[in-house]
Amino acid sequence: MLLTFAVAPFPVEAELGKWLAYGLYLIIGILFGAALEQSGFAYSPNLAAQFYLKDMRVLKVMFTAIITAMTLIFLTSGMGLLDYRNVFVDPTYLWPGIVGGIIMGVGFVIGGFCPGTSATAAATGSIDALFYLGGIMTGIFAFGETVDSFAEFWYGWSMGRFTLPEWLGISTGATVLLVIVVALIFFWAAEWFEEKFGGVDRKTLPKWRIAGAGGFLALAFVVLVIGQPGWQTHYQWIANDADAQLTNREVQIHPAELLEIMHKDKVFKLVMLDVRPEAEYNLFHIKWARHVDDDPAKLVEVAAELNEPADPTAVVVMSNGEGRATEAWKVLVAEDVPNVYILEGGINNWLTLFGEREVEEAKFVAGEDQPRFVFAKALGDRYTASNPNRELVEEFEFTPKVKVAASSGPEAGGCG
Amino acid sequence: MTTEAARAPAPKKQRAEKPWLNPYVGGVLLGLVLFGAFFITGNGLGASGGFQRIWVWIEDLIAPAHVDRVGYLARYAGGDKNPLDLWIVPLLIGVPIGGFLSSWFSGRFIVRTGKGPNISVKTRWLFAFIGGTIMGFGARFARGCTSGQALSGGAVLSVGSWAFMFAMFAGGYAAAWFVRKLWN
Repeated sequence: MLLTFAVAPFPVEAELGKWLAYGLYLIIGILFGAALEQSGFAYSPNLAAQFYLKDMRVLKVMFTAIITAMTLIFLTSGMGLLDYRNVFVDPTYLWPGIVGGIIMGVGFVIGGFCPGTSATAAATGSIDALFYLGGIMTGIFAFGETVDSFAEFWYGWSMGRFTLPEWLGISTGATVLLVIVVALIFFWAAEWFEEKFGGVDRKTLPKWRIAGAGGFLALAFVVLVIGQPGWQTHYQWIANDADAQLTNREVQIHPAELLEIMHKDKVFKLVMLDVRPEAEYNLFHIKWARHVDDDPAKLVEVAAELNEPADPTAVVVMSNGEGRATEAWKVLVAEDVPNVYILEGGINNWLTLFGEREVEEAKFVAGEDQPRFVFAKALGDRYTASNPNRELVEEFEFTPKVKVAASSGPEAGGCG
Repeated sequence: MTTEAARAPAPKKQRAEKPWLNPYVGGVLLGLVLFGAFFITGNGLGASGGFQRIWVWIEDLIAPAHVDRVGYLARYAGGDKNPLDLWIVPLLIGVPIGGFLSSWFSGRFIVRTGKGPNISVKTRWLFAFIGGTIMGFGARFARGCTSGQALSGGAVLSVGSWAFMFAMFAGGYAAAWFVRKLWN
């Protein structure tokens, strides 16, 4: 069943049905609990020792787990096996997160557990974990009853899905390498503290951990070298459906439909992207159309801009014919922009239908995606045909194709 | 020799208590589980979100009108919404099962109270409750706990999760001196 999907992660609830999927989550939970218990996280003195620098087990386990998962996630993503964009990334609420973190740190050292470890410990016979669990429920109750009084702060500093590579302005591979280097420095410092405060002789620690550190660095270099997939890979993942839409002409909209949308009161926003060369755009363009270079790298940037939370939007790309517009459509669709359409027949078709008063027939024979009409003056959008009379819509018969659905991000995950 | 040993009755002793894993090995195991969760489902690991939903479910049984009125609670259980109907709940149910099985087969299922050497069991229980309360409040404040924010968000490079993680360690170290008698 899952094999029908080319790329992970899989929509398990849709594919397996809710109950099987929940069974899968139960198994993940069992493995999670077992890993915590095997790591010694079910015994509170082990956890508290972290804060007295005697036994740095918490830091070692946590950071090893983070770099293991991180490296594998970006390795598989780089190989085109995992679509990172569909992996849930905790949205950033900067200051509420920091304040909550400080509160949790205080609770951690007083209570000797964190929520996940207490659930594990309670099942291994730890009585203190039961009291801790009672406390968790009390704290959650207290939060739910009081949050309305500081809601402004709590909902503030919302930065959405915001990742370290975006913040640092470096590549994902470089970030992975950086995180691993930082983790290794932390491990070195942790062992130094253990020797100083916990009476651990570092010489007695297993030698393979040096090899392990080397292994992580080597994997980080692999991630750095192979890079992360670009729009071509993203398009391959959806090529079956997307190519079918193009072939069946489901996304090429009649100029009259565009004209109608331009003038109608509508519940969605219209964005028109003109991907012809800038000189042609300056000669003539449709009113409110925005010029965008048809360079894929530029289009990927435009896609990121269009994907920022906004009102539901329909995007219409246009070129002279359909060639360039179709290529631009592929980039935008590959980059997850919803509701992207192509102007059928492009500007040439638009002018043929609406521009009888001002265009002069071809001075040269049009090649692939070349202008069929040549204007004497660069009037941009000041031609009548830039913004034709709305009533012209009535003169054409067409099948409306634009359907705008609100864009949907990944559902709440983590601790939602 | 061997025949003699074979004839001797099998010792009816409990399983020998095995030591915990080396933390780096434990970390790799935990990391593999975390990666598996992300790779298959797109979601990471979590705990406090499950507690939240179990608690709202209880609150909804006792005082449904109150739950519908408070916006924050209604998000989980307003009207007909079942707060338990989310993947994080079965995941949280699995955690103690895994903990139990793991401790049982490693000879570490021991009824005891983990505490520092210089406090009584009852004092430890009291502070476990107090610490849990602070943690429960803080975990909701931070929109996630050590598992959902630090571990899961950290692995997928969320800026907020990394800020949270350093804040949590800072809070712990800042408070450690004041409660040193609990653990030393």
